[in-house]
Amino acid sequence: MLGKGLLQGLAVTAKNLVGSYHDPARYVTQEYPEVQPKLPEAYRNFPFLVSETADDPMGTLRCVACQICEKECPPQCIYIEKSKDKKPDANGKLQIYPAVFAIDTAVCMSCQICVEVCPFDAIKMDQEFAIAATDRFDGLLLNREQLAKPNAYYHQIHPTEASEVDARLAAERRAAEEKARLAAAAKAAAPKAAAPTAAAAPGVPAASASPGSIPPPGPPPSSS
Amino acid sequence: MMLPDPASTGLARVRKIEGSALGLRTPAFAPEEGAGDLLEVSLGPHHPSTHGVFRMDVVLDGERIVRLKPVFGYLHRNHEKLGEGTSYLGSMPYTDRLDYLNSMTNNWAYAIAVEKLAGIAVTERAEYIRVILAELSRLLNHTCLAGFLMQDCGCSGTPLMYAFREREKILDLFESLSGSRMMCNFQRFGGCRVDPSAEWLAATRKLVDGYGAFLDEFEALLSGNEIVMARTQGVGRLPAALAVNAGVTGPMLRASGVGHDLRKVDGYGVYPRFNFRVPIGREGDVYDRYMVRMLEMRESISILDQALRGLPGGPILDPKSKQRGLRPKAGEAYGRIEGPKGEIGFFLVSDGTGNPTRYRVRAPSFVNLTILEDLCLGHSVADAVIILGSIDIVLGEVDR
Repeated sequence: MLGKGLLQGLAVTAKNLVGSYHDPARYVTQEYPEVQPKLPEAYRNFPFLVSETADDPMGTLRCVACQICEKECPPQCIYIEKSKDKKPDANGKLQIYPAVFAIDTAVCMSCQICVEVCPFDAIKMDQEFAIAATDRFDGLLLNREQLAKPNAYYHQIHPTEASEVDARLAAERRAAEEKARLAAAAKAAAPKAAAPTAAAAPGVPAASASPGSIPPPGPPPSSS
Repeated sequence: MMLPDPASTGLARVRKIEGSALGLRTPAFAPEEGAGDLLEVSLGPHHPSTHGVFRMDVVLDGERIVRLKPVFGYLHRNHEKLGEGTSYLGSMPYTDRLDYLNSMTNNWAYAIAVEKLAGIAVTERAEYIRVILAELSRLLNHTCLAGFLMQDCGCSGTPLMYAFREREKILDLFESLSGSRMMCNFQRFGGCRVDPSAEWLAATRKLVDGYGAFLDEFEALLSGNEIVMARTQGVGRLPAALAVNAGVTGPMLRASGVGHDLRKVDGYGVYPRFNFRVPIGREGDVYDRYMVRMLEMRESISILDQALRGLPGGPILDPKSKQRGLRPKAGEAYGRIEGPKGEIGFFLVSDGTGNPTRYRVRAPSFVNLTILEDLCLGHSVADAVIILGSIDIVLGEVDR
């Protein structure tokens, strides 16, 4: 019968029209500025720099200006200048820090390759998408002060991922401390073992006692 | 106001052209002398019916198209040259931007090319995830295509909005997995970037189970609709011989009755493990191209169902694979897959450094577009619009 297909189609549109009043599967519109979208945890848009604390972001940046992200960034939107001096990082180790760290968000395509290649977990993806600026050059060129966000913020936007990163960093820190302690112990044991050349057996108890007996080399790597 | 001299309007120039605008073929019929002047119309480059920045230089004899010259390149971004100056990993996010509806399949084709070049193995779980994402991408592409085609036919809004509503559900899945709706940047050499969680797989299962019902509804709206049939049947016939000779691939080739599907021909990935059919058209007209895609979506649902059921455990990335600082041995490789639009392939030549010396994309939209004039000759402008719509082009891929 001619017209059967048309009537069938009209039935479909009628079903959708009525359905849009009571069925959430058929009415999916969100009134955007009033209703903010619920972003999935994995959502990414533009990178930011992770700092350990919120009150001293520039002093506690994880970034050590190794420039790997600058080299790997496909559209080359990252610009880094290494510092001349060194500052202690979260582990107390003296590190170079980025004197200048800028990302041109007009060029950045949020591909997150910088995040993947960063060996220090220093750069992570943000979820900020409303970044309109009145000046498309300076307004979209973010410097390190604008890019730095505390680790707590990272936990807020990517909770699962941030917990994994924290656990991994803590494990690495523990391993580093353990290694430093063993190195210090070996160092402390070395002169004692070297001086009384004949006594090999007494060297063992001396080594086990040394971490407590020699405070100066031990604490600096662990406490600061 | 002074009217332009007919000789200076380009009409005289057009009449002098021998053969078609591309210089390949003679048009089906020449305009009759003295039957009236020819009219040269420029369709696009900024028009919704051209699916992006694409221009058709159309010469009309009355209502009929006697010549058509596709003009593209407005969206040229130097993609292939950029690939030569970027590391192997750095090109991956750029491939998202070729056919920006199907970043997952673009990623996959590129990953296959690099994996062949560097001899990287892919883990089993990653192969399944790739199939799942590629088939979701196919659902997304064909749903959008049907919506856009109906928009081109003049069904203002309704089918397109239904299509977009469903597409958004797939994009939500992509976003919750890869972090981005369209620019997924998901595949890596030797596997993929993120392991889908149990919740994600459950959400995908829910979507796959419900998609058949949507297709039933969509087909009830469109497939048997008398206006759609009158508008699309017998329009833009593509003979199988021309399709093969012009290198047309994908649903467009299959609608002309040629059973060529790389999932069957190459059997790449884990496709040989799945049981699915390849729909073939008979007439090769716009309606067949629409129908082939509708049927392909049913098969995609079946593949998704099998892949979700058979998804094995294990790592998603080969532990021996390397992403950053990849330096494959000197040589060349061509990786291709059956993308939703046809054969998408990447040809890479390595000289042993960190960047490819040659990076070439075989874009299905571009190759399928070359026969546009043959399909449009003798039809009206309104038909040219739906013929273009049925070819399924994305200008990001055509112009690169």
